[in-house]
Amino acid sequence: MCLAIPIRVEALLPDQMARVTLGGVSKVVSIALVEDVRVGDYVLLHVGYALTRLDPDEAERTLALMRQAAVPGLPAMAEVLG
Amino acid sequence: MNSPRLRARKLDIRGGLVDLSHGAGGRASAQLIDEIFREAFDNPFLNQGNDQAAFDVPAGRMVMSTDGYVIWPLFFPGGDIGSLAVHGTINDLAMAGAKPLHLAASYILEEGFPLADLQRIAVSMGRAAAEAGVAIVTGDTKVVERGKADGVFITTTGIGVVPAGIDLSGDRARPGDRVILSGSIGDHGVAVMSKRSSLGFETEILSDSAALHGLVAGIVAVAGPSLRLLRDPTRGGLGATLNEIAQQSRCGFLIEESRIPVRPEVAAACELLGLDPLYVANEGKLVAVADPGATDDLLAVMRAHPLGGNACVIGEVTADDQYFVQMTTSFGGGRIVDWLAGEQLPRIC
Amino acid sequence: MKYIDEYRDGGLARSIAATIAGEAVSHRHYRFMEFCGGHTHAISRYGIEDLLPSNVEMVHGPGCPVCVLPVGRIDDAIRLAMRPEVTLCTYADLMRVPASGGASLLKAKAAGADIRMIYSSMDAVLIAEAEPARQVVFFAIGFETTTPSTALSIGLARRKQLTNFSVFCNHVLTPPAIRAILDTANLPEVERVLVDGFVGPAHVSTVIGTSPYVTLAAEFEKPVVVAGFEPLDVMQAVLMLVRQVNEGRSDVENQYIRAVKADGNLIAQREIAEIFELRDTFEWRGLGELPMSALRLRAAYAQFDAEHRFDVVPAPAADNPACECGDVLRGLKKPADCKLFGTVCSPETPMGSCMVSPEGACAAHWIYGRFRDRAKASAVRAAA
Repeated sequence: MCLAIPIRVEALLPDQMARVTLGGVSKVVSIALVEDVRVGDYVLLHVGYALTRLDPDEAERTLALMRQAAVPGLPAMAEVLG
Repeated sequence: MNSPRLRARKLDIRGGLVDLSHGAGGRASAQLIDEIFREAFDNPFLNQGNDQAAFDVPAGRMVMSTDGYVIWPLFFPGGDIGSLAVHGTINDLAMAGAKPLHLAASYILEEGFPLADLQRIAVSMGRAAAEAGVAIVTGDTKVVERGKADGVFITTTGIGVVPAGIDLSGDRARPGDRVILSGSIGDHGVAVMSKRSSLGFETEILSDSAALHGLVAGIVAVAGPSLRLLRDPTRGGLGATLNEIAQQSRCGFLIEESRIPVRPEVAAACELLGLDPLYVANEGKLVAVADPGATDDLLAVMRAHPLGGNACVIGEVTADDQYFVQMTTSFGGGRIVDWLAGEQLPRIC
Repeated sequence: MKYIDEYRDGGLARSIAATIAGEAVSHRHYRFMEFCGGHTHAISRYGIEDLLPSNVEMVHGPGCPVCVLPVGRIDDAIRLAMRPEVTLCTYADLMRVPASGGASLLKAKAAGADIRMIYSSMDAVLIAEAEPARQVVFFAIGFETTTPSTALSIGLARRKQLTNFSVFCNHVLTPPAIRAILDTANLPEVERVLVDGFVGPAHVSTVIGTSPYVTLAAEFEKPVVVAGFEPLDVMQAVLMLVRQVNEGRSDVENQYIRAVKADGNLIAQREIAEIFELRDTFEWRGLGELPMSALRLRAAYAQFDAEHRFDVVPAPAADNPACECGDVLRGLKKPADCKLFGTVCSPETPMGSCMVSPEGACAAHWIYGRFRDRAKASAVRAAA
């Protein structure tokens, strides 16, 4: 039920809607909950509504942290505090 | 003086609708059968105009199979209820290793169904049958009142003959046997789902609906007695098929998720809809279980055929008294592929 | 699929697993509760348990909105659907949940009730617009992830001036449920769930942020790591929790930095606050009555409140007495500990909601993981 998936914004449509695409499959959804959405942004889609924009820099940082975590013996990083 | 011959008007295929007279067995019925079905199927059996088809039977074991088709929508990317009805029953025969001989087709038509759609379906069936080299030799048509059938329901029955020495059956899998899949899974189900407007997504995926008997002929010829069984994963997908075989053969499976081909668009649609491709219907794929020694030859012959280009080994048969289909996920951990309650979406074939 | 595939990398998983095994102190037993049903599903579907050392255990929490919905509310929904003028719109997940007397929405539909499965609350509004003769009721459930969409749909219905659209609201809140799991000092010892930390929900947190967990973590001295849904996210969160426990910390950390901010989604919070207010109390399956834990429509939106429009009189219904969903939801029992599991209760014949929703602990274990019970049973026999 909490299923939300990252999906790319292909086109902005009237009434705070947008066309989004994942792997060649497209859908029309609401972006009323996210500010300043641009074509090319990735958003999290849940039951027909975008919940938030995905931050590409933070996504990259997460992967970097994961790769570091994959090396045992490295000192614990001061990880991200919410 | 000769009695006047009634000059019949041709069916108005473009704008006409099926009505109750078309199922009443009289002149209107005959005209429908003549101008739509016989026209599309065009073979000597039908052209004789009898209620049945009579033919010689080659030596060997006969195989018979029947299936009803209630798919919605009737027309979907890559096929329609007609071509599906031809492919599906041919495939059921082929899974026994049989060469399909003839098909019978019966139609339940809803009053008000457009003749143009019926013709489109008939033409599609004729083409599918011709391409497969299997004739639709006899059939039946009934009409029910508006609201009592959803457009059209089709039942096809087929007969075929199994070459001597071939004995394929779902209870023949043995621990150590390899499991081979002929290609990507989930295409048909996703293609059909994309046309159901309530789900609201668009994609270019086509149904994989196809007649597999040509591929099967090659498989049977190369594998001989090393081949235990063939099965096409239709309703319920690969997951249902593996569980059925496990129950019948009283064994288990160990398969590797990373080896199962799934098209990116199918994976994406399943992601969007929260479905597992393992359980999505296929109409042009098969699973072969065979002795490990036959694997290389089988893969070679399958990959050489247009319908088997992506054939691959996905796992093996295990001894398991609880008949679990175990899978190593692409992530590395284990899970089972359970026998689900049923098809995730209704009217998928 | 970008932002998906990279977080499912099996090679990286094995490496992180090795790090976790190296850092988990061997004489310690770590028990972490993943609150959210989506995490339960991911853990089962990817077999993450196989990648964790034996002294790190995941306990399934109650964050499955279908699972915590009391039977009485499904009965209410079925009663609404049986009214001839009502079209009940629902998420597919609710169709097979067992209600009182063996009923369900699926069976009510077979008996002729106009029940429609929809993907989004917006679909229900569009149905109401297209069919003005029908009274369209949207059966709303969900934690904070889903509440904003219901709020927006009500706003849309108001702008369209629809008089035939209403919502049967069962939205619940996450922090009170976490509190209920932790606040067990007054309970007898056998009823206390012992967890060393929480994997915090992914998408609830995109809406509410990470700040609501701060008081909980401090008050009960348990670390919370908010994690994304992909299996690598869960692995990394477990590592972060192990480290916190080893260092004696009880902080709120955010692993899901690509989607979650400390303040959450302010637009979504505003939309929710506009339409909804807190109920004094609400019954949760398995957790009992929890104060200030659920939402109802504000008086200004009463015309869109199905409970108001149809005078829904709550009729609480008892669970099947042998059903142990309550203990499973609170992490006190594992699915295989329930006597009904796999005997009478299965996804085909669910006795309780934990088995119906794929995010329920029992369904997840049955569908993906029950083959491990056999290994455990033989290990127990071998040890005896």
